[in-house]
Formats: sequence, C-alpha cells, structure tokens
Amino acid sequence: MPDATGLELIAQRVREKVGDEAVTGTLYYRRHATLDVAPSSVRDVIAYLRDGEDEPWERLMSVHGVDYLPEEPRLGVHYELLSMERADRLNVRTRVGTDEPRVPSVVDLHPTADFQEREVFDMFGVVFDGHPDMRRILMPEDYEGYPQRRDFPMGGEPVIYTFNEPKLPRWYD
Amino acid sequence: MEVTRTKVDGDLRVRQMKAQQLLRGELEGEDLEREVEQRLLFTKFEEAQNWARKNALFPLGFGLACCAIEMITVVGSPRNDLSRFGAEVIRFSPRQADLLILSGRVSIKMAPIIRRLYEQMLEPKWVIAMGACSSSAGMFNNYAVVQGADKFLPVDVYVPGCPPRPEALIYGIMKLQDQIMGDPAMGWRERYRAEGTEEVA
Repeated sequence: MPDATGLELIAQRVREKVGDEAVTGTLYYRRHATLDVAPSSVRDVIAYLRDGEDEPWERLMSVHGVDYLPEEPRLGVHYELLSMERADRLNVRTRVGTDEPRVPSVVDLHPTADFQEREVFDMFGVVFDGHPDMRRILMPEDYEGYPQRRDFPMGGEPVIYTFNEPKLPRWYD
Repeated sequence: MEVTRTKVDGDLRVRQMKAQQLLRGELEGEDLEREVEQRLLFTKFEEAQNWARKNALFPLGFGLACCAIEMITVVGSPRNDLSRFGAEVIRFSPRQADLLILSGRVSIKMAPIIRRLYEQMLEPKWVIAMGACSSSAGMFNNYAVVQGADKFLPVDVYVPGCPPRPEALIYGIMKLQDQIMGDPAMGWRERYRAEGTEEVA
C-alpha cells in the first residue's frame, strides 16, 4: 500500500489532472490507502490511474457494492486497483444515493469489471452508465428489489425452536 | 468321506423329469393339474408391477450442491453399491429416469428448472429430498433459497443430514422402495391431490 504521504501525493496528482472536484477525500487506515472520489468522475480517475505517467495502477482486482444504511448518501462502490510493478494496492471508492444511483462504467478500461458491475447492480441497484449489458447476473431476471441492501427483508421463514417459542412468543415479528 | 445320496436328491430328479414332461406336453389329467398348482406363484398384477418398479429405480443424473458429491458416492460407487437394491443405473435424460434426488440447496433461480425436469420425467416418478437444504433450506434461511423443495414439488422421502451419511441415503431409498410396494396408486397427482397443476406451454 502507498503510505499516507504517498496517498496524499496521488490525491494531489488526481486533483491536478482530472479536476479539483474529483477527489472528495482520502483515508489511510490500517495500512490501506483509500481515495474517495465523486461518482461522476470515477471513470476519469480510474482512467488516469491506469494511464497516467506516474501512475502504475494498471489492474482492477474487484468491484464491490456497499450499503451504509444510516449514512447518506447510502450506497458505495469500491474499486480495488493493483499495481504488479510495485506490488501495491489502492482502493478507490465513491458514494451515491438510492434515489438516483448512477456511476459511469469502467468496462471499456477494465473488461473484468463487466460481471462485477452487473453483480453490484444485481445486489445493490447501482446503475453503471455505459455498461454494454446491464442485466441481473445472479438473481432471476424477474426478481424484484435489490437483496443486499440493508432495508431489504431477510427472506426465508422464521424458525421456531422449542425453547424460544414459549420464552419469546412471536419473536420473529 | 462317504457320500450319501439323500431323499431330496431323489425328489429333485423326479421334479426335473416332471418339468421336462410338462414342457413337452406329455403330462395329462390329474398329473398336469397337480404339477401346475405346485409350480405357479400367484400374485396380484399390481404387486408384481410394483415389485418390478421398486427394483428398477433409475435416478436422474442431477446434482445441486455439495450433497451431490455424497449422492454420487452413494449411487455411483462400488463401495456403497446401490445396485444391491436395484437402484443404481443413473440416467442423464429425464425421459428415462423415474427418481429425482434433490441433492443440495434449491435456489429460487433453479426451482423452475427442477420443476421442468420433474415434469419431463415419466410416470410413475418419485422425489427424494436429500439433506437439510432441500428438505427445509437448512441454514440458508434467506432470500435466495427455496425454503424446502416441497414448496414446488411433491417430495416422497426426506433424508436429514448435512450431508447425510451414505447409509442414511440408502435407507431413504429403501424406505421409498417400501412405499412403492405398499402404495398401489402411483400417480403422484392423485397421491398429492394435485390435479390441474400441469405446466402449460
């Protein structure tokens, strides 16, 4: 991981090359460097981190969705970048609200993001603009809702055990 | 060692000779009546049919999850040797199979496919829910897994376990064989009062 100083240098270069409003913050926590970016400039930041002169982050390892329920904006998308040259990792993350969760797609930069963005769409409902095939990937195509969001019901059936039903009647309600 | 010719041997000779004569048509009258009565085994047609069915169960070659590995070692391996009970010939086409072993968790995306496979199997057909997941979703009490395969299929035998021991699955299959012998009404729609649930193309 780049150390805290290296992370600030990266953030500085991104601000210069992509735009001042692109970086919203940095986080260096437990030796993990994280760059917070605005959702509209995700693609530009990742393109710069891949192709920029001083930037070695040529590989996208994974894309995740997160739901930070009490906070606003609620949904987050995390991109984990890897540099084989420096044997180093950098997280790029962005936050979008649930009312219009739109993030530009990075499939044209990193083809591996294809299925992973579909999974984030499937589980969290984040729409990736410019994705060639924005469909559900794991759940059935006619499924309603985004099951990994925290306000989505757990599903399944309440299990009644012999010990908890007398003690806690209708505990599952 | 002295070899003694017993009376049974003599009887056997006589019976063999009588059988020859019976086949050649040389026996007549009272002799023929007695011989036929001794040699025939009377049973009901349904029972003979069920006996044949229970000893020729063809499981569908179909696995869902981790229980499938266990199912393969039970149905397909010589160590457990399910052919002792006449149920080991795996058919990979639902048209030729008459036993569906649901081995693993049933996701809601898989459920319509399983139902279609089940509809494609020829009657009479039976279903074994193997393991906790297909019986009651087991630990997968969530949005993605069907809470028990009996929500959309008639299940005949539930085998608990995670996964069940091979002996448990063999015992389940033997229980199913008992059921086949005991229940002459083999159409599952009548059994489960499920008329009118046919899939419409």
